[in-house]
Amino acid sequence: MIHRPSFILSREDWSLHRKGEQDQQRHQEKVREAIKKNLADLVTEESLIMHDGRQIVKVPIRSLDEYRFRYNYGKGQHGGQGDGESQVGDVLGKDPSSKQQAGPGKGEGAGEQPGVDYYEAEVSLAEIENLLFADLELPNLQRKQHDEVTTTDVRFNDIRKKGLAGNIDKKRTLVEAIRRNSLAGNPGLHNITNDDLRYKTWEEVQTPHSQAVVLAMMDTSGSMGQFEKYIARSFFFWMTRFLKTKYEHVDIQFIAHHTEAKVVTEHEFFTKGESGGTICSSAYNLALNLIHTKYNPDRYNIYPFHFSDGDNLTSDNDKCIKLIKQLMDVSNIFGYGEVNQYNRSSSLMNAYKNIQDEKFKHAIIREKGEVYKALCHFFTAKDKIRAS
Amino acid sequence: MTNEEMQQLESAIEEITILARDFGLDFYDMRYEVCPSEIIYTFGAYGMPTRFSHWSFGKSFHKMKMQYDFGLSKIYELVINSDPCYAFLLDGNSLLQNKLIVAHVLGHCDFFKHNNRFGNTSRYMVDSMAASAERIRKYEQDHGKLAVEEFIDSVLAIQEHIDPTYVGRKMRSRQYDEPSEPTAALDPFADVFEWTEKKKAEEPKPAPRFPAQPEKDLLLFIMQHAKGMPEWQRDILTIMREEMLYFWPQMETKIMNEGWATYWHLRIMRELDLDESETIEFAKMNAGVIMPSKTSLNPYHVGLKIWEDIEKRWGRERMWEIREYDSDISFLRNYLTKELVEEMDLYLYGKQGDEWKVMEKDWEKVRDQLCASRVNSGFPVLMVHDGDYLKNGELYLKHQFDGTELDVKYLEKTLPHVYNLWGRTTHLETMLDNRAVVFTFDGKKNHRRFV
Repeated sequence: MIHRPSFILSREDWSLHRKGEQDQQRHQEKVREAIKKNLADLVTEESLIMHDGRQIVKVPIRSLDEYRFRYNYGKGQHGGQGDGESQVGDVLGKDPSSKQQAGPGKGEGAGEQPGVDYYEAEVSLAEIENLLFADLELPNLQRKQHDEVTTTDVRFNDIRKKGLAGNIDKKRTLVEAIRRNSLAGNPGLHNITNDDLRYKTWEEVQTPHSQAVVLAMMDTSGSMGQFEKYIARSFFFWMTRFLKTKYEHVDIQFIAHHTEAKVVTEHEFFTKGESGGTICSSAYNLALNLIHTKYNPDRYNIYPFHFSDGDNLTSDNDKCIKLIKQLMDVSNIFGYGEVNQYNRSSSLMNAYKNIQDEKFKHAIIREKGEVYKALCHFFTAKDKIRAS
Repeated sequence: MTNEEMQQLESAIEEITILARDFGLDFYDMRYEVCPSEIIYTFGAYGMPTRFSHWSFGKSFHKMKMQYDFGLSKIYELVINSDPCYAFLLDGNSLLQNKLIVAHVLGHCDFFKHNNRFGNTSRYMVDSMAASAERIRKYEQDHGKLAVEEFIDSVLAIQEHIDPTYVGRKMRSRQYDEPSEPTAALDPFADVFEWTEKKKAEEPKPAPRFPAQPEKDLLLFIMQHAKGMPEWQRDILTIMREEMLYFWPQMETKIMNEGWATYWHLRIMRELDLDESETIEFAKMNAGVIMPSKTSLNPYHVGLKIWEDIEKRWGRERMWEIREYDSDISFLRNYLTKELVEEMDLYLYGKQGDEWKVMEKDWEKVRDQLCASRVNSGFPVLMVHDGDYLKNGELYLKHQFDGTELDVKYLEKTLPHVYNLWGRTTHLETMLDNRAVVFTFDGKKNHRRFV
């Protein structure tokens, strides 16, 4: 019997085969979801806060592992192949993750295994911020009488049959073509006529923008330890980024205080350490001063925020309460954040807990993860305060 | 690829096909398709061009494509066990590369057609996967993309827990078709042991077990017994199990199959009239394919060496037989000799402190461990012990402990997936530090207790 080669060689048009790309997109979407779920941790990620101008950060995304029942790779023996000279005891590699894993509560992570899928997503800082800030806003923002500033924005919000070629809405155009073909009794996509073309058009939207000022006050006294300062700065770091990203006309005044308060630059605020005792009223006085001289409440939405460890000179507390009341009279809200790792009863909180005013908002932060919660708590519009 | 290049390739394929047949290779009709890298990577990630959509395939697609874009790795071809047999060639391969690949692919196709493990695989999987993908797309429309995706997430987490063996199938059919006790006619020793049977009959019968015998096919068990599982979910489970049964023989014969294809592409290429530059290109490419790795076994290399050794010792006739009857475990067990282990410098490595070290070079231990690592295609064996645990419909699984512990983190993340499918509290018994331990997921939390 004579065998004849029986084969076909072909080359098709694969340009419509997009499954891989589509599923990849879905994967990326899930990465973003995972980032969103981990925002609380990301907010205090040191590499983000101390980031050195790099706009890309690496975020370990563990939730995208595909879990299955598998062996503990580190406890087994595996086959390998040498170059002919291998000896028992030869070192093939070091486990880079084991040093980092020394901390308590960290078991055998996936990273320690060669050839294991350890997914690190690269995301831009901007992308994180988009997610992070999506739901945040300045609460109780009000239109102020004067100097009302408007900004112009472009919004695609209409579909027309005439327009610029660059603005063709492909999806709607295709839908039109399919619709026309169906009506003609010949369903499917065969051709696209001029009549099918649809264009996006835009309108210019004027968004009123009220002016606002945030008075960021931070305790820099000796009692504020590494952790306390780190937390307060994390909070203010994201607050600043959030305000700068979302609002065009927000002033931020940085006030550092111990027994005395002074206005400092953003850079000083985030880098300089101080010491000494604590008199919080000094900061509140300075804030009121600034309001009187620079930020007329008729024209500005005012947001004083104070972060402290709760340690204050006891005799100063009554004065603080009085000043907070004065501040609240001219502000939209007053935010007090207390970094209190061990949940001890603090001098300030004891004094402030009796303040009955819905403008007074406070948050107690015990651990890193709660910084994001505090941000959400402070920067949520009144009508959508979260259940948390 | 220009038309002229396509023609050159076509006549090369013709020549190679004739050569392969002359060598005695016997394969299905071939369909060669030249396609761009993204398509090859889609197929690589999905296992099949027509398979259903899922983000995890997108993830591996992305990874493969990225490695290709950075020049880290390259898939030259992809071949599918089907009749006719599909082979996808990367557009951009040189003619010489394609020649080698065609020769290699014919080796694979011969293997698919003749190795016993593939005897039960569907040769029409390209079409049936397309049809399944279509059904799943319909379910997405009916029940929401997210619901379908989450369900698939859970099935994928346990997809390897099937029972592809003949014995397994036999056991199941006996259990479902003949639930009664074995009759005397089936038991050749019935008369010999009549007195024990009598004695047994007098004792109170233990409550019937469910399942009667521990079952390995977790997917099938869930499919048949999960309460309240909607039809569409059961259908997806069936689809995914069938697909895994189809892929399974490939996992079981990786070393043999790659070695076989490599053996044949070498033989066929030597028959071709290559010019000097082609000879050098061929040598380079071949060296790349069989390059050893310090931390894994290169199936192309190990497989090739074993096949060549078999040829040397017994001649080619024996090779045809072995390609028919063996799988990786028996292949390694029977034909990985002391000389081969030493020649290839195979060893076992493991972790000591935070270092990965060569731990064993004794050839028998190396061979035994390599065989052991191929058991159940390298996946832990779990058995369904009880589908009505605590008389509460809970699922009790038992890991057949063989000396290697499970990855606890992964275990605790996978158990909720089993719960999703079963719908009730799920237990898994295994060993940690020489003690039996039961992990339980109750729908909210993981617990663990030593027993």
